[in-house]
Amino acid sequence: MQMDNQKAEVRIGFYACHCGSNIAGMVDVVEVAKKAGKLPHVVLSRDYKYMCSDPGQELIAQDIKEHKLNRIVVASCSPLLHEHTFRTATEKGGLNPFYFHMVNIREHNSWVHTDRQEATEKAYALTQAAIRRVAHHKALEVKKVKIEPSVLIVGGGIAGIHAALTMAEAGKKVYLVEREPTIGGHMAKFDKTFPTLDCAACILTPKMSTVGSHPNITLWTYSEVAKVEGFVGNYKVTVKRKPRYIIEDACVGCMECIKSCVYKEPKFADEFNEGLGKRKPVYIPFPQATPQVVLIDPETCLQLKTGKCKKTCVEACADRHAIDFNQKEEFIDIQVGTVIVATGFKTFDAERLPQYGYGVHKNVYTALEVERLVNASGPTGGHVVMRDGQEPKSVGIIHCVGSRDKKTNRWCSRVCCMYSMKLAHLIKEHTGAEVYSFYIDMRTPGKGYEEFYDKLLEEGVQFIRGRVGEVTDWAYAPGEDGKLVIRVEDTLAGYVRRIPVDMVVLASGLEPHKDSQDVRRLFNMSCSTEGFFLERHPKLAPVSTFTEGVFIAGCCQGPRDIPDTVAQAGAAAAEALVLIDKGSVELEPNTAYILEQECSGCKSCIPLCPYTAIAFAEDRNKAVINEALCKGCGTCVASCPSGSIVQNLFEDEEIFKEIEGVLAYE
Amino acid sequence: MPTKPKIAFYWCASCGGCEEAVVDLAEDILGVIEKIDIVLWPVAMDFKKKDIQAMPDGSIVATLLNGAIRSDEQEEMAHLLRRKSQYMIAYGACAHLGGIPSLANQYSREQMLKYVYEETPTTHNEQKVRPQLKWSENGREVTLPELRHVVRALDQVVDVDYYIPGCPPTPKITQQAVGALLEGKLPPKGTTLAPDIALCDQCARKGTKPTDVSFTEFKRPHQKLLDPEKCFLSQGVVCMGPATRGGCEAVCTAGNMPCTGCFGPTSRVKDQGAKILSSLCANIGPRDEEGIDKVLAGIPDPVGTFYRYGLAKCMLRRKVNLPPQAQEAKV
Repeated sequence: MQMDNQKAEVRIGFYACHCGSNIAGMVDVVEVAKKAGKLPHVVLSRDYKYMCSDPGQELIAQDIKEHKLNRIVVASCSPLLHEHTFRTATEKGGLNPFYFHMVNIREHNSWVHTDRQEATEKAYALTQAAIRRVAHHKALEVKKVKIEPSVLIVGGGIAGIHAALTMAEAGKKVYLVEREPTIGGHMAKFDKTFPTLDCAACILTPKMSTVGSHPNITLWTYSEVAKVEGFVGNYKVTVKRKPRYIIEDACVGCMECIKSCVYKEPKFADEFNEGLGKRKPVYIPFPQATPQVVLIDPETCLQLKTGKCKKTCVEACADRHAIDFNQKEEFIDIQVGTVIVATGFKTFDAERLPQYGYGVHKNVYTALEVERLVNASGPTGGHVVMRDGQEPKSVGIIHCVGSRDKKTNRWCSRVCCMYSMKLAHLIKEHTGAEVYSFYIDMRTPGKGYEEFYDKLLEEGVQFIRGRVGEVTDWAYAPGEDGKLVIRVEDTLAGYVRRIPVDMVVLASGLEPHKDSQDVRRLFNMSCSTEGFFLERHPKLAPVSTFTEGVFIAGCCQGPRDIPDTVAQAGAAAAEALVLIDKGSVELEPNTAYILEQECSGCKSCIPLCPYTAIAFAEDRNKAVINEALCKGCGTCVASCPSGSIVQNLFEDEEIFKEIEGVLAYE
Repeated sequence: MPTKPKIAFYWCASCGGCEEAVVDLAEDILGVIEKIDIVLWPVAMDFKKKDIQAMPDGSIVATLLNGAIRSDEQEEMAHLLRRKSQYMIAYGACAHLGGIPSLANQYSREQMLKYVYEETPTTHNEQKVRPQLKWSENGREVTLPELRHVVRALDQVVDVDYYIPGCPPTPKITQQAVGALLEGKLPPKGTTLAPDIALCDQCARKGTKPTDVSFTEFKRPHQKLLDPEKCFLSQGVVCMGPATRGGCEAVCTAGNMPCTGCFGPTSRVKDQGAKILSSLCANIGPRDEEGIDKVLAGIPDPVGTFYRYGLAKCMLRRKVNLPPQAQEAKV
């Protein structure tokens, strides 16, 4: 039972928390409580060791009943931590939970100040502000909305695949949207995985085909999310399906069309093989691609480019009629309850560091290219041969390309040390070449990683500690002719070395996709300064975002290896499942609403809402806020030129009283 | 015959436009005059201060005072009329919010006098003569009122019962207010006697405002051929309508001029200028500093644009960094 205290005399109970010595060590909480007790309307003022403890909460509930309190103020830690706790305690005492207000005297005070007297004064000023404000609080109601039992997963790399399978196995409807023609992501390009050296394809492709055939998964490859509207539990998503000029349901993956294409030989750079191999205009990215559906590249297909072709492919497809040169972009609307964003990463563009000669010297490769070279299903069938057809006798692998550098990316890409060593091992295994590894620091903090490093030391890979200055083909010492010379300061030996090699491998770092900002906006997420999507809390909510019901997994949140990615994808799936199985979510009532009588219909607020929660009702000529969409950011409230938008818990009167309270201290 | 209610009209720092507004009632004024007894109206009738002083306190039903309070004499008259009246009504933008005269609060009194008497391009005053508070000649002494350091709205000087907004108030709202007064149908004390909804509600151009105005430039009304039907904001011309109380029946926008805000904010807003600033600036198209500056360069006088009628009553009230002499002054 909740009393309506709107009109009753205001009776405030105030509690100052010691938080052990966390607050009491810097703030004289006893003094704050004593002074607060003398403020108008304060009926009761206490200090207590741990307000968040069971007895602390019980105290509030008891006092409300005994002293007929109708407003509660607790000065303790951040509302993020315990606002909910104290609201619940307030409710237990029979009051509407929103008659409670919290003062942060820990994170905003005791933890950041060094002068006890000043910190105490500040705590008292903040307390006065809260006590003046709370008198104006109103009873509010928490609303519930139903959650659609489905999930949209954006990105079909290992993170998206794992999350999709987890949720599909739990019986939820999954929509998996992948931009490329096949799922698999970066992992599908790898030959082996570190440190166990198990075959990437052997562990990935079974999962891919399960995704392709799972009854609970709708897989849309070669597709992108175009629009997202709605809110937790009820997202309306528009997916753009790019034309692949093949009717997916009709194609059986026989690849007869590829064989019969008018181009007898593959002629065009093959994206999946990093341009090291060739493909035809009609192609499938790689043999185990999922779905097993070909696609036609409109840039190179004669029919699509010129309209003049014998269309031998159509002939070969015969009565399956899977080829459709008139296919157009298609937009599909779906309704989902939750979203998992697993859009992955791109590798650092090595051409940005001209000193390493990528794109200039033909025997300088990126690590991803070498992944394809060592891969048995790669363009060379697993033979490590250079662009000139020679097998390298010596190879230099340069770590930290684009990483740990103020001029490019400051962060450590986390996987490069390990994948560099994996490649060192594989190159040595495939060619017997002398391999040099140039590192700044060897970072091997995973399970079995340091042991892998030890193994490579034993295998005779030469590790040289130093950031490489340049890669040059300018020979001046004997033995350098026709070679690439790596100039590096060997910081362990203490001198500058010139090491001639046949082949250079650049261990490019990981960075956010170029369009990550668009994706961020699409789902109303935040980004860290680097451009990786921001988790709600780095420790306690690592896969949640600031948008309710939207979760993140994998490298779109920051560089990480496969085990961590899979773990995170599982966590994101679990979080989404929690929401779905809960069935409904409670909406914070700190939302804004329009005073309909007073709204002049000037429309100033409508374009400003970052959550597109405001619409214009043409029939009444007034703005309308969708309460379920409103996040309570207050942008519209501040900008309404006639003051006709009010935000619960942040009404003008409450804010002005709070300001007056802060300024009232002696 | 029962005595008719006594009404006083008085003016302080004002332009005389509010007096005109009373006269603008045209023949309707006769109806009003029939029902009331005017005891003071300096612009039209010859009454003296001592006549008012002689009246018992509270014997005037209502004083409609226009103009801001700038001088000690105005302050004295405001106090006197307050004492003698049952209702003190701030009439027009200057009494209501400080009005145009309160734009002087951007400067100290000394800065203002120096400029006006010595520095304007049209002033020729080699001896730097300034008006004196006292002057004696041939044994006779004349005095002038002293200017206060800041311009104030009426309610910053005396208790005010009602406000009639506008520069000047329209005949219609004047008539409605006087009608309500005579019939004793007055709303709660402190009310502004005009609709409490922004002007857009009454503006004929409202339907033409797009949802997303996204300003790429601002033009002043004389810099542009103004479309007679389209919302001014959609034409990149600052219009105070969204932040201004309606009630004027949108006469300016009907005359192809944007609203300049004379009716002041709605009851829910403490600072009209801050509100329109927050709304306009949030809707500026460019997102980079340079682009934003370029757009805002189209508003060369932001205080005069957004606080044209309300500087005295806004939260800033006056410039903070005035010379020390002005700071320590009592008002």
